[in-house]
Amino acid sequence: MPSREEERREFNVVKHGARKVDGVSLVTGRPKFTADMDLPDTLYVRILRSPHAHARIVEIDTSEAEAMPGVALVLTHKNTPTRRFTTAGQGYPEPSPYDTRMFDTKVRFVGDRVAAVAAESREIAEAAVKAIKVTYEELPAVLSIDAALAPDAPVIHDEDDSAGIYDAARNIVADVDIDVGDVEKGFAESDVIVETVCELQYAQHTPIEPHVVLSYLDPDGRLVLRTATQVPFHVRRIVAYALDYPLHNIRVIKPRIGGGFGTKQEILLEDIAALTTLRTRRPALIELTRPEEFVAARTRHPMRVRVKLGAKPDGTLHAMEMEAISNTGAYGSHGLTVLSNTGSKTLPLYNKAENVHFYGKAVYTNLPVAGAYRGYGATQGYFALETAMDELAEKLGLDPVELRRRNHIRAGETSPIFVKLGEGREGVEQIIKSCELERCIEIGMARIGWAEKRGKKIREGSWVHGLGMAVHMQGSGIPQIDMAAATIKMNEDGSFNLLVGATDIGTGSDTILGQIAAEVLGVPLEKIIVYSSDTDFTPFDVGAYASSTTYVSGMAVKRAAEKVRSQIVDVAAHVLDADPETLSLGDEGVHAPNGKSVSLAEVCHYAMYKSDQFQIAATASFVPEESPPPFVASFAEVAVDTETGFVKVVKFVTAVDCGTPINPVLAEGQMEGALANGIGYALTEEMLFSSRGRVRNPNLFDYKILGALDIPPIEVILVDSYEPTGPMGAKSIGEIGINAPIPTIANAIYDAVGIRLRRTPFTPERVLKAMRNKE
Amino acid sequence: MKIAVKINDVQREFSITPGETLLELLRREGYKGVKKGCETGDCGACAVLLDGRAVNSCLVLAAKVDGHTVVTVEGLEKNGELAPLQEAFLDTGAVQCGYCTPGMLIAATDLLAHNPDPSEEEIKEAISGNLCRCTGYVKQVEAIKLAVQRMRGGEDA
Ligand code: FES
Ligand code: FES
Repeated sequence: MPSREEERREFNVVKHGARKVDGVSLVTGRPKFTADMDLPDTLYVRILRSPHAHARIVEIDTSEAEAMPGVALVLTHKNTPTRRFTTAGQGYPEPSPYDTRMFDTKVRFVGDRVAAVAAESREIAEAAVKAIKVTYEELPAVLSIDAALAPDAPVIHDEDDSAGIYDAARNIVADVDIDVGDVEKGFAESDVIVETVCELQYAQHTPIEPHVVLSYLDPDGRLVLRTATQVPFHVRRIVAYALDYPLHNIRVIKPRIGGGFGTKQEILLEDIAALTTLRTRRPALIELTRPEEFVAARTRHPMRVRVKLGAKPDGTLHAMEMEAISNTGAYGSHGLTVLSNTGSKTLPLYNKAENVHFYGKAVYTNLPVAGAYRGYGATQGYFALETAMDELAEKLGLDPVELRRRNHIRAGETSPIFVKLGEGREGVEQIIKSCELERCIEIGMARIGWAEKRGKKIREGSWVHGLGMAVHMQGSGIPQIDMAAATIKMNEDGSFNLLVGATDIGTGSDTILGQIAAEVLGVPLEKIIVYSSDTDFTPFDVGAYASSTTYVSGMAVKRAAEKVRSQIVDVAAHVLDADPETLSLGDEGVHAPNGKSVSLAEVCHYAMYKSDQFQIAATASFVPEESPPPFVASFAEVAVDTETGFVKVVKFVTAVDCGTPINPVLAEGQMEGALANGIGYALTEEMLFSSRGRVRNPNLFDYKILGALDIPPIEVILVDSYEPTGPMGAKSIGEIGINAPIPTIANAIYDAVGIRLRRTPFTPERVLKAMRNKE
Repeated sequence: MKIAVKINDVQREFSITPGETLLELLRREGYKGVKKGCETGDCGACAVLLDGRAVNSCLVLAAKVDGHTVVTVEGLEKNGELAPLQEAFLDTGAVQCGYCTPGMLIAATDLLAHNPDPSEEEIKEAISGNLCRCTGYVKQVEAIKLAVQRMRGGEDA
């Protein structure tokens, strides 16, 4: 644990808004993304997708397609491995069911894989896909949570070779049920009780770069997958398993990635690309089109969440119950863990309640496959929890801020939920060591003008203004599961290569990890050459998910840098003929108390060429014992047009405690992007379906993500704390922001016009309807 | 058919196939800074300057640019020096994944060439066809303002 001294220490590189290490190449358009590499003889692959939500493939005739000039390979269930696996890129063993085959004899949603064609050009591949003749036997489709759970519902996974499904016969992927105290007794002892049910829609990540993979054989015949992924090491493992191909013959390279947000924590295309290259010995490129991205990539888990709260007259929560029913779509990727997180990342926030019950199910439907999405279940849970808290405050006659203050967790405290509920299994005990939520609330209140504007229903023509707030926590990685490693080696000009498996997908993690290394080694950031991630050349890291990178990978980098630092000091002690204990590092040199110094370049030269020669280098790993949560207080001012039902966010303020922000500019950027995404999720984004389960709006025109003109003024305030278990006091910040908009805006709408919206997105139609119903 | 185009100040000739879009042509010819996000004109990742104005290259037929001038993100650097907009994007943290960045820079270049002192609303308007999923546009708007300031001889000029 760091001393108070370290806590208060000034940093040289950390806590500065350094330019991104990959910035110049990105603003100049250098060919750094997956599809930016041209290889001779590349085959273009297109996928034939199911037109039916639920059907058996009776016959599939590829002869015409195969005979077309320029077609190199056609893949179907007849000529591909049949092993079931999970597409979820999670640590091993994955907590998701093995319910997916490369190509199955049954299709389970409109857009499911039926066949793939590799051809000389995209045009030929597309024509050949159309020439494949498939006879389907249509089956009744399950298109909602209720339909999935109905008695006698069609069984979506009726195969006998899937594993890890909780109850396939009842379409239940996963089931969670945990208890603390006695919730029934708790409600009986409560003076005030509220209950609310909220429902969340199908929504999409829409990274601007769709999924893409380029596979090829290197000159030694090893398979290389250059792929837009958040999880290169999981890709290697899962592809090796699915294809039953030796892991050591696969190299996965993650170049620059055009955004992930969870949808690239998935093995979506790599298996097909790999098999195409292995069968044809030629490079293969698969790019999802935007409509395919909507239909066949991943979505957020739509959910129905019921929250019941019981409180004492002073507002102290006494009993909390949360029930979540999650729709995982046609395959169970992340089904269990997203469901668990709906409770585990929300309920500990209010640790004053002695009686807590969380339970729920994730169910299969014949709709697009849900997966990991920034916020990972917490976003869904917070909608219901923070709506219920608002209702409770009203019933108690308390300011909603005051109700949160009386109940939220603080430094030095714990919650029994931490132990009871983890990531699809039992959790880990932890005591909160850093929490500045109180200051976040204070700052947020001041910035939004809470005291002046709340409850005033200020009118401007047909528009009425209102204020809402909510509070949130998330985590920093998955404790006792996530592992990250980093390697640092020194070069003779005093620079260092930092090799990390950590996966920069646009978040700026290469930069902040470089800053951590530079800080420890006493050099400017320019002297750290960061390389991520390549399964042949960088050490293992689980990848970019679960808000793990800053905290988990950051600690691995810090440890590796400390090992290298001590090697440097030992060599310098030799050179300077001094006691290593007395030496200090800084300004690219090692300094003795007597004023003598040696530069880092000289140290490396000495170690490489002079005496007792060795490579100054180290690898270190980190597995977190806990998952310190970042905290957010969010405040919104909205204006509701009582004539049209249109909701305008006038201002959105968040104050966030992420420990030490390693790079404040990038930390703000994480929040701003997550908020923008969350505001879209709250107001406009929704996948719409036909009565037969087809996505009706699979394009960026009809599925509305916010553009520059739609974004309200967003204010992000970083409220420093110091997390003693994190690198230089840092916690992670990647996901938490996305939880804020839905409940905050919903509560602000209530303040403005007195309606409780319990179904996202808050479109003008829904708002208008709710206002009419109220009248 | 064959077309002649001036791309990033270099006169070039290409044979194209009928129906080929400018986006396809440019990427095929190595201008990989031109990004593909939708191919339907909805995201702006493929924006280039055509005779000085920003267009979505996925909506332009390659045949149509015969005899015209195209600038891609690769052409924004002058004599090895980054353009003020590029510098400003780096300084403000306006680049996250960077996939929307080329199109964003092109849209902003067009704006500043025609309106050297845009208001915040005009900036947002100019990049409203360029979708970014990472930044929430906060720092991109800030970057464009900073570039304006610097180009007008303000801070850091
Ligand atoms: S690719 Fe041209 S606008 Fe999206
Ligand atoms: S920076 Fe990623 S899409 Fe804009």
